Amino acid sequence: MTVLFGVLLLTLLVITAVAIVRTKNLFVAVMLLGIFSLLIAANFFLLDAADVALTEAAVGAGISTVLFLGALALTSEFEHAATPHRWLSLAVVTGAALVVLYATFDKPEFGDPNAPVHQHVAPWYLQKTPEYIDIPNVVTAVLGSYRGYDTLGEVFVVFTAGIGVLFLLSARRGPAGRRRPDQAHDPAIGLRSHVIPLVVSRLLAPFILLFGLYVQFHGEYGPGGGFQAGALIAAAFILYALIEGEERTLRVLPQGALNALMVGGALLYGGVGVVGMLEGAEFLNYSVLAANPVKGQQLGIILIEAGVGMTVTGVLLSIFHAFAARDRA
Amino acid sequence: MYYAVTLALVVTMALALARAVLGPTVYDRVLSVNMFGTKTVLLLSVIAFLYGRPDFLDLALAYALINFIGVLAVLEFFRSRAIRREQERRDGGPAE
Amino acid sequence: MKIALDILSWVLLTAGGVFVLVGGIGALRMPNLYTRMHAASVTDTMGAILVIAGVMIQAGFTLVTIKLAAILLFLLITSPTASYALGNAAMLAGIKPDAGSAADPEKAP
Repeated sequence: MTVLFGVLLLTLLVITAVAIVRTKNLFVAVMLLGIFSLLIAANFFLLDAADVALTEAAVGAGISTVLFLGALALTSEFEHAATPHRWLSLAVVTGAALVVLYATFDKPEFGDPNAPVHQHVAPWYLQKTPEYIDIPNVVTAVLGSYRGYDTLGEVFVVFTAGIGVLFLLSARRGPAGRRRPDQAHDPAIGLRSHVIPLVVSRLLAPFILLFGLYVQFHGEYGPGGGFQAGALIAAAFILYALIEGEERTLRVLPQGALNALMVGGALLYGGVGVVGMLEGAEFLNYSVLAANPVKGQQLGIILIEAGVGMTVTGVLLSIFHAFAARDRA
Repeated sequence: MYYAVTLALVVTMALALARAVLGPTVYDRVLSVNMFGTKTVLLLSVIAFLYGRPDFLDLALAYALINFIGVLAVLEFFRSRAIRREQERRDGGPAE
Repeated sequence: MKIALDILSWVLLTAGGVFVLVGGIGALRMPNLYTRMHAASVTDTMGAILVIAGVMIQAGFTLVTIKLAAILLFLLITSPTASYALGNAAMLAGIKPDAGSAADPEKAP
């Protein structure tokens, strides 16, 4: 039955992908990309990968849609006409697709316990985690501790993307006379007609923040962790910005604080590693952080997840403000 | 027991997708994305029970919140675009 | 007792599935944007309430029920708001709620 649902969802995915490629209206493509992310998240959920599904739903369907729309507001809505008769591209793509299809014939069966991926490191992780780290969610244990170096790389990639976007897009705020009237208070725009979303968003924003914090700290017991929590907290601020206007959001959480979050998160992660070195063990060895090595591992994972969450929040909000400021200036 | 509901939900997701691809105006597509989002939340809730992993409901909750934000972002995009066009029209001809 | 609860949740889930399907078919077949919105809102309210109530009965009195109640509460608050904002935006953009020739009295046989 799982296979049937998986096949149905994947068929919908293919249909969506074809529709995205075929449409000329970029806005429609952005909407369909939202649906695409949802389908992939549902598929991950069917495959029992809850952390990945949560990240895909939060980042792909929520934040990415908002950022695409921000970019779309700066450019035109329709694609330029494609150059016709690109036979060489078609041939290359078809050849690559056939090679990949041929490669899938050798894959092991879905869920086969004797597959190579289940043989080497995975059983060791599953057996040794209760002994070394003692947290129920093995995914967080692998992400945070066994492969902590990779996660350090991920945090620094997110951080680099953030400062890259800020370098490219950070526009000077225009002189005060040229600024459009603050949309939240301009009566001609009629916030009166938007009272219901205003009230509901004001009710919901604290709960989304609280839920983001819950996901951050609950990552050791269930699906969750720094990336998902960062996306959710950024989503709460983006909701506030959508309703109240981007300038008021900058007053609530100014760009300086966002920069501090970005840098602070990456520093926290690196700092935990360096503290491990100062205590005499290797870089990113958490066992020496506390008297009991198991408690040390848990403390280390909490700290680095906090670092990840801070950096992701700072970067996503900075990118959002960079797009919106570009629009305004 | 849950299979029938899951099947109904997946079929409705297919119907919403059809509306998203077909819909003549842009608002049809936004409507179908919103409907798709709520169906996904229900699908996640039911599948969490189907597989006996009810602690995965955090996903459905996160998704219910994110869907709302996505739809509001789209509508805000339209609103600001309509405002910009109105202002350009008032300033006398499109500025671009 | 367990059988009664199972049957009840079976009935609720099936009814929820029926409402969800009806809403989906309506969203596809209705002639106008506003009528489609009307059909889609059926799934967001009745469908969601019945399906989640059915699942809640299966869960019993645990933390899971409270999470499900929270999901239902958020769905009930945010879905109609999104529909409202959508209708508002469509109205402001100038899409008229005419039902097309289906309601035109001159063309009726």
